[in-house]
Amino acid sequence: MELHFDQELTQLKDELLRMSAIAEQAVAESLKALIQRDAALARKVNTDDNLLDHLQMEIDERSVQLIALRQPKARDLRFIIVTMKIAAELERVGDQAVNIAHRAEELSTLPSLKPLVDIPRMAELARGMVREVLDAFVYGKVDLARALIERDTAVDSLNRQVQRELTSFMIEDPQTITRALALISIARNLERVADHATNIAEEVVYLYEARDIRHQHQ
Amino acid sequence: MNGPIFNINNLSLWYGQKQALFDVTIPVRPKCSTAFIGPSGCGKSTLLRCLNRMNDLIPNVRTTGELTLHEQDIFAPAVDVIELRKRVGMVFQKSNPFPKSIFDNVAYGLRIQGLTRKGELQERIELSLHKAALWDEVKDRLNDSALSLSGGQQQRLCIARAIAVEPEVLLMDEPCSALDPVATAKIEELIQDLKKEYTIVIVTHNMQQAARVSDYTAFFYLGRLVEADTTNRIFTNPANKQTEDYITGRFG
Repeated sequence: MELHFDQELTQLKDELLRMSAIAEQAVAESLKALIQRDAALARKVNTDDNLLDHLQMEIDERSVQLIALRQPKARDLRFIIVTMKIAAELERVGDQAVNIAHRAEELSTLPSLKPLVDIPRMAELARGMVREVLDAFVYGKVDLARALIERDTAVDSLNRQVQRELTSFMIEDPQTITRALALISIARNLERVADHATNIAEEVVYLYEARDIRHQHQ
Repeated sequence: MNGPIFNINNLSLWYGQKQALFDVTIPVRPKCSTAFIGPSGCGKSTLLRCLNRMNDLIPNVRTTGELTLHEQDIFAPAVDVIELRKRVGMVFQKSNPFPKSIFDNVAYGLRIQGLTRKGELQERIELSLHKAALWDEVKDRLNDSALSLSGGQQQRLCIARAIAVEPEVLLMDEPCSALDPVATAKIEELIQDLKKEYTIVIVTHNMQQAARVSDYTAFFYLGRLVEADTTNRIFTNPANKQTEDYITGRFG
């Protein structure tokens, strides 16, 4: 039997999915702004972030209402708590995209340092993790959520590789420091996006198995 | 936002010497549900019974102040109480079906209104039972005695009987207090559906129930209205400390 409460939970879920679509797009656009040296697009990412902030507040408010008025229990309770936590992670993903966009805007005025290889790969991986973890959330794919947590290490090692490479650039030629630091910072932001996806994956496992698997993957 | 259907202004009520309501002022909005909550003796049922003049049946009741339905004074001598109660139906704490068949229970008010054509009667009864979410459970046994139904079914039958005459308002006085949790959940779901079509005013001891089913909540204490606001506001951030203490179980 579908309850009125189920419809309210569905609305909450839809709002979260909207947030994830916007967050993922923000990461994609910030990367595009970097690669195409498009300062205008970089600024757009910054503006779009307001929408994510707003949606997070809306999800929080809705969740507090549902807890106060519907007294959710068991899986319904976990669903609402998890939704609030995922919304916070997605808002942070948006912030990472804004950071990347800032660096992209800065770099668009400077000569290109090197062809970008690892950073776009990191971005693809991180974005894919965000997309797939929301899929796991919606369809209860707990195995996928667990697999995503493992995938985070690939992004981490790419990040270290980028750092090593750019450090050697800076050692050889101090002229590159500003640009290299900006790229290191972008890699770091992408690594954080993957971390947020990992955190979401842990919440997905909690939602479907009522098991807290955080802080077991150091 | 639509204007109120009931306007209650400075309403006071006495049972003999004892004052039960003190200067209550509250609007009741149409096509949504309003819950009256508060500890026993706070006047919530008394106020509910004013809305269709059920208190007329109690001797020595005296009221002052104003109570209007669509801006018409319902205490005015010219008001036809039968007509009023047709527009403002009521469901009680304990289900009270007549010792008749399921069909005849729902047909009762319609027949009094002079509806006798079998086909039309049948149609209206089926519609009412559908609206009361009872049809599927009774469609094959409409001629069975209403008393053969379970408590929860009997209460939904009473709701079907009340809405058969197409009232504007449905008053519910503790409609679930004699029901088990499953039957209660069914009635609560039903209220959510009914409020799209009717104005519902519900008195309940169960605060969680008020939170679940109502759009507006009014908290009463010792015959006074302490606070009335959207249910969301009352249950997340009430303005009055007494309200907060009551809904958090620290008082009352």
